[in-house]
Amino acid sequence: MESLANLRTGIVRGETTARKTIETALDSAERLNDELNAFLQIAREGAVKRATEIDQSAGKATLSLAGVPIAIKDNICVTGMQTSCGSRILGRYHPPYNATVIERLLATGATVIGKTNCDEFAMGSSNENSAFGPVKNPWDTSRVPGGSSGGSAAAVAAGIVPVALGSDTGGSVRQPAALCGVVGLKPTYGRVSRYGLVAFGSSLDQVGVFATNASDAALILQVIAGRDPHDATTADVPVPDYPAMLDGDVKGMRLGVSDALLGKGLDDEVRSAIKNAINAYKDLGAEIVDVDLPHAQYAIAVYYIIATAEASSNLARFDGVRYGFRAEDAPALRDMYRKTRDEGFGPEVKRRIMLGTYVLSAGYYDAYYLKAQKVRTLLRQDFAKAFERCDAILTPTTPTPAFKFGEKVDDPLAMYLNDIYTVTANLAGVPGISVPCGLSAEGLPIGLQLLGPHWSEANLLKLAHAYQTANPISERPPVFAD
Amino acid sequence: MPITESDIEKIALLAHLDITEAERKMFAPQISEIVAYVEQLNAIDTSAVQPALGGLTPEGEQTESSRPDEVQPSLGQKLALDQAPDGASGHFRVPKVLG
Repeated sequence: MESLANLRTGIVRGETTARKTIETALDSAERLNDELNAFLQIAREGAVKRATEIDQSAGKATLSLAGVPIAIKDNICVTGMQTSCGSRILGRYHPPYNATVIERLLATGATVIGKTNCDEFAMGSSNENSAFGPVKNPWDTSRVPGGSSGGSAAAVAAGIVPVALGSDTGGSVRQPAALCGVVGLKPTYGRVSRYGLVAFGSSLDQVGVFATNASDAALILQVIAGRDPHDATTADVPVPDYPAMLDGDVKGMRLGVSDALLGKGLDDEVRSAIKNAINAYKDLGAEIVDVDLPHAQYAIAVYYIIATAEASSNLARFDGVRYGFRAEDAPALRDMYRKTRDEGFGPEVKRRIMLGTYVLSAGYYDAYYLKAQKVRTLLRQDFAKAFERCDAILTPTTPTPAFKFGEKVDDPLAMYLNDIYTVTANLAGVPGISVPCGLSAEGLPIGLQLLGPHWSEANLLKLAHAYQTANPISERPPVFAD
Repeated sequence: MPITESDIEKIALLAHLDITEAERKMFAPQISEIVAYVEQLNAIDTSAVQPALGGLTPEGEQTESSRPDEVQPSLGQKLALDQAPDGASGHFRVPKVLG
């Protein structure tokens, strides 16, 4: 697929039109949806109307994303479209406002072509928790695309759209990006506004970007990053010129590698791809240093206490009163709440709400929640110490390539352990990026992950860009748009 | 600590979930296993550690997030009620509160 910069230039110069570009993306989305189930809504009418307006607009040359088609995870609010969060409890809920990231994208000429499928309320690592059926991996449709932003990852991997947005609470952008062979960026906590993103774990959630390459991810981050008065957790930190930083020169940059993270539980092919990537960075002139994150082994335990505690509180708002689904035949208010939530939520969401309720309940708060927040401090200190020695830490994104549907669905803990490399970034609030670094013998994508200090997205994108330029992957998935 | 089916029943009540017997039987061993897994944290000495409440970076903590106390436009009653399962005369109508 063409780069965003080329796509936009073609439209601005009149070599093609926004309408043609958007119609091509819509056609592909519709044609491949039976096979991939990547979209929960495809918004043809609105998207074509908007593209026509962009073509006719006198100021289109000033729009940095003029005519660029984008897909949005169905937990980010876009007016005129549904926001289901992959859940029956919201169903065809239509939000009355745009998320800040959407306002910013629309202001630069981007066009939303539809809402992508995801695990219910972004809870899952395989997309099997969507109430509307799982997304299929374009590289092998008998395998999961990863989760929770599986639809966005698959839509980019299959060449339907050049870029998409997802959300990342414990790896939900980076993990599906790795399994689908695309770039996935989770920014620093507070870099991008969460206003209009349906909350799951408020101290962990960030909107993230999917793209085929680091340059396109940089262009999108440039538009969506920055302080937003509607989200008090966005920080007043200047937004650098990300695309300008991608000069390919990573000589002398220090990459941290932890041997402990390349040991037990890691698939042999993933380990060997990561070792090759480390050598590739050496060839580019980067320096490899040993780092130690002694508390990383506890990250999954900490994450599943904090994330479920926050989820149990955030999801209390879905009660059948103000929006979404309401169960029928409940004689009193309390019965209506309980029946609505029982019929509206799927098993994984209930499991997490209950776990979160348990760890916050009287008598257990100190033993679980407070303990987890203390270990989170220790993990943050591990990262701060490691970043004194390096500019970024290189790890695998996932322990294995894409697994088969049904493989882990009955074993929640095994599913959670799939996030072992990604949850640390959310707990520490640091940015992370997953970059494709090869295919397994079975032809499945493998991803490397780079984690950096707070606000170091420019360095991560620069490192990703340099690697991709030197080590391009030319293979395409069997399910592809053209 | 093992989580029994009666614990699950109690948690479901606190969480406003009307779970079925089948769900109760499924959740009890699964949540027990997860709780046993997270209890590995007890091995870490955290007596001198401050809890990390919230996810803010140091720069985020320093960011001034209040605004002048001035009225700003809001959704309005019609739009706010637009998606309600049972909106009536400018209100959200619900089943009776007292049994």
